[in-house]
Amino acid sequence: MSELASVDWSRAQFALTAIYHFLFVPLTLGLSFIIAIMESIYVKTGNEQWKHITKFWLKLFAINFAIGVATGIIMEFEFGTNWANYSWFVGDIFGAPLAIEGLLAFFLESTFFAVMFFGWDKVSKKFHLISTWLVAIGSNLSALWILIANGWMQYPIGMKFNPDTARMEMQNFFEVALSPVGIIKFLHTVTSGYVISALFVIGISAWFILKGRHIIMAKKSMIVAASFGLVTSLFLLFSGDESGFQVTRTQPMKLAAMEGLYEGDSRQGLVMFGVLKPDKKHGDGQGSFMFDIEIPYLLSLIGKRDINAFIPGIDDLVFGNEKRNIESVSSKMAKGKIAVDALRTYQEAKKTGDKEAMAKAQNLLETNMNFLGYGYLEKPTDAVPPVALTFYSFRIMVMLGTYFIALFFVVMYLCMANNIESFKKLLWICVWTIPLGYIAAEAGWIVAEVGRQPWAIQDLMTVGVGATNLGSVNVKISFTLFAILFTALLIAEIKIMLKQIKIGFESHA
Amino acid sequence: MLSLSHEILQIYWWVIVSLLGGLLVFMMFVQGGQTLIFGLPKSEIEKDMIINSVGRKWELTFTTLVMFGGACFAAFPLFYATSFGGAYWVWLAILFCFILQAVSYEYRKKPDNFLGQKTYEIFLYINGSLGVILIGMAVSTFFSGSDFALGEHNFVEWKTPYRGLEALANPLLYPLGIAMFFLSRVGGALYLINNISDENFRAKARKAVLKNTILFLPFFLMFIIWIFTKTGFEYDAEGVVSLVGFKYALNLVKMPIVTLIILVGLGLVLYGIYKGAFTKSTYGVVPYGVGVVFVVMGLFLIAGLNNTAFYPSFSNLQSSLTIKNASSSHYTLGVMAYVSLIVPFVLAYIFVVWRAIDSRKITQDEIKNDHHAY
Repeated sequence: MSELASVDWSRAQFALTAIYHFLFVPLTLGLSFIIAIMESIYVKTGNEQWKHITKFWLKLFAINFAIGVATGIIMEFEFGTNWANYSWFVGDIFGAPLAIEGLLAFFLESTFFAVMFFGWDKVSKKFHLISTWLVAIGSNLSALWILIANGWMQYPIGMKFNPDTARMEMQNFFEVALSPVGIIKFLHTVTSGYVISALFVIGISAWFILKGRHIIMAKKSMIVAASFGLVTSLFLLFSGDESGFQVTRTQPMKLAAMEGLYEGDSRQGLVMFGVLKPDKKHGDGQGSFMFDIEIPYLLSLIGKRDINAFIPGIDDLVFGNEKRNIESVSSKMAKGKIAVDALRTYQEAKKTGDKEAMAKAQNLLETNMNFLGYGYLEKPTDAVPPVALTFYSFRIMVMLGTYFIALFFVVMYLCMANNIESFKKLLWICVWTIPLGYIAAEAGWIVAEVGRQPWAIQDLMTVGVGATNLGSVNVKISFTLFAILFTALLIAEIKIMLKQIKIGFESHA
Repeated sequence: MLSLSHEILQIYWWVIVSLLGGLLVFMMFVQGGQTLIFGLPKSEIEKDMIINSVGRKWELTFTTLVMFGGACFAAFPLFYATSFGGAYWVWLAILFCFILQAVSYEYRKKPDNFLGQKTYEIFLYINGSLGVILIGMAVSTFFSGSDFALGEHNFVEWKTPYRGLEALANPLLYPLGIAMFFLSRVGGALYLINNISDENFRAKARKAVLKNTILFLPFFLMFIIWIFTKTGFEYDAEGVVSLVGFKYALNLVKMPIVTLIILVGLGLVLYGIYKGAFTKSTYGVVPYGVGVVFVVMGLFLIAGLNNTAFYPSFSNLQSSLTIKNASSSHYTLGVMAYVSLIVPFVLAYIFVVWRAIDSRKITQDEIKNDHHAY
C-alpha cells in the first residue's frame, strides 16, 4: 500500500476532529432548547417536578457540552495548523464569520452557561430561565456562523481575487452571510441536531419507563421531546429537499456522486436503494448498479423543480456533454492552468515593474479565474469525489430520517393516548434508536464534506493546495495523539453519562 | 468605518487584538487557580472550593482564547496561517493542554469517571502550567522572531523540522513563559480571596499572592530588560524590514500613550497585589485585573505599532509580518470594525452575570450541598 501524503493525514485528522465534534455538538444544539422548554413549563406552572426534570437533563447536557467545546477549539485552530495555505487564501472571508461566532455566540453561551448551572439559588427564576434560553440561542448562533463559513466553501460568493496578494478578498459581506447555501446548510444541520436530541430524550425516558422508574417524569420528558422531534423532523424533511435543490444548482458533481449517477438523463429518477457495481469505470457505458429501486422523476423534481429536467451524471461532468452545454473537466483544467500561469506572470511582471505585462496577465487571470482550482488537478477524474461513500451515506441519512418521522409520530400519538408504557417493544426500539440519530447525522456530514472533494473551496482551491507544507510524520503523530485522546474522552463521557442516567432524577431535587 | 483608511483600520485591529491578548492573560487567573490546587488547600473541601471557584469562569477564558484566534484569523490571516501552520507543534501542545481543561471540571467528581479524580486534577495542573508557559513562549517569539520564510503566494515555509519546538531551545523565551505562570497564580489567588468566603482559606491565599509575586518579578524583569535592550525589527514606507537597535525601547519613547498605559497598568497590578497580600480587602483582583489588561495590551502595542514587524522572521527579514502585509482587506477590516462595536454590550452582560453569580461567595456549605458542584 502506498504511503499516505501529508495532505491525506491532514484530511484524516480534520475528519476525525469533525466526526468527534459532531458526536457532541448536535445533542447540545437541540437539548438546550428542550431544556429551555422544560424550564419554561416549570416557571409557568411552578410545579417542582418540572424543575427536577430540567435539572436532570441539564446535567447530561453539561457532560456533553464540555467535550463539544474541547473538540470545537481544535477545529478552529486546525484551519491554521493543518490548512495554513487555505487560511491565508480565504482568511479575509472565512475568518470573519469565525470571529463573529466568537463574539456574538460563544460569549453568550459561555457567560450564561454559568448562570444555568450555578445560578439556581443565586438569581431569580426569570433571570435563570432567560439565561437558559440565551445558552440555547447562543449555541445555535454559533452553529449559524460556522455553517455560513462552511456554506461559503461549498459555494463561494461575494468575493474578488486580488492578484497582488494572491488571495480572495470579501466584496459583499451580506452576500456571504445570506448565501442560500449557507442558510439552508445551517437549517438542515441544526435541525438534525434537534432530532438527535429528541431521540436521546425519548430513548432515555423509554428506558426509565421500561425499568419502572420515574415513570411520570419520564413520560413528561417524552411528550416534550416527541412533540419537539415531530415538528423538527418534518422541518428536516423540507430543509433536506431544499438542500438537494441547492446542491444540484451549485455542486452538480456532488449530486451525481450522491446518486451514483454516471450518465445523466431527463426525467431522472431517485434511487431509493441500490448496490453500486464495484468495478464501474468512468465512461464505460455500463450501468452503475448491480441492483436498484428507483422512484421515477423524483431526482429531476428535487434537483430542478421540474420532472422533465436533465440531471447531469459524473461522466457528463467529467467528459463534457456538448448537447447539454456541459464543459468537460479537461477544458476547465486547461483554463485553470491559464489562470495559474497568468497569476505567476502577473507577480513576476510586478517585480520588474512591467505594467503592460501585468495588465495582460490580469486580464487572462480574470477571464479564467472561476477555474483556478482546476489548474491544480492532475487528471480529469480527480474532480470526482469518492462515489460509494457519498452514495451509501446519503441513503443511510435519508432512510433513517424517514424512520425518525414515523417514530416521533407513533410516540407522540401514544403519549397523547397516555398508554405508551404498554408498548414494551416500542420502548426498546426508542432506546436502540438513540445511536441511529448519530449515525444519520454523521452520514449527512460525510455526504456534505466527502461529496465536495477534492475541493477545499469549490472550484477554486483543492485540499492539496490548501494544506500546510508539513512532513507527513508530523501529522501522523498528531493524528494518532488526537485519536487516542478523543477516544479516551469519549469513553469517559459515555461511562459518566450512563452512570448519571442510572442515578436517575432523584438526585436533582 | 468603511470610510476610515486601511491603515487606520489595521491599527484599530491591532489594538483590538492587543486588548484581547490582555483580557486573555487576565482570565488566566483560572489557570493559575488550577495550579494552586496542589499546595494551597489543606483539605478536600478546600480543593473543591478552589475548583468550583475558578471552574465557574473557565468557559470565559476558553472563549477569550477562541476570540483571540478568531480575531487574528479575520484581521491578520497571514499571521494566523504562518504562526499556526509553521509553529505546528507548539500550538498543538497548547491545544492539547486546553482540551484537557475543558473536560476536567465536569468529569472530575462524577461517578464512573473512568480516569479517576486525580488524573483530572493533573490535567488541570498541566493546563495551568504547561499551557500558560507555552503561550508565554509563543508570545515571546513576537520579539525574538521565528525561523520561517514566505514562499510563492505567501505560503509559509518553516525552516526547521521541529515546527516550533525549536523555541524550547531558546532560553530567552522562557522568562515570559515562567513570568506568566507565576502571574496567573497571583491572579488565581487574588480571585479566590474575592470569591471564597472562608477567612482561614483567605489567609493562605494572601500568602500565595505574596510568594508568587516574589517568584514572578525576576522573570518579568528579565523579560522587560531583554526586550528593551534588544535589537528590533522595523519596516519602512516600502515595507522593507531592517534591524534597529533598542527598537522596543524607542517605541516606548515614540508612543507616550502606550508608555502611560504600561506604567498605569504596572501600578494597578502592584496595587492589586498589595491589597491582596497586605490588607484585609477582598478586591485586590479588580485593580490587578485592569492592570494586567493594560500592561499586556501595551506590550502587544509596542510589538506591532510604530512600523514594527510583530511577527519577525530572523531567517528572512523580508518575510517578517507587519500589520500592513499580514492584514485582511480594507473592506473586511471595515465590516469587522462594525461588528466590534458589539464588544461593549458583550462586556456589559458579562459584567452583569459575573456580579449576579459572584454576589454570594462560595462557602463550604454550598459546595457540600450543590448537586452540580464540580
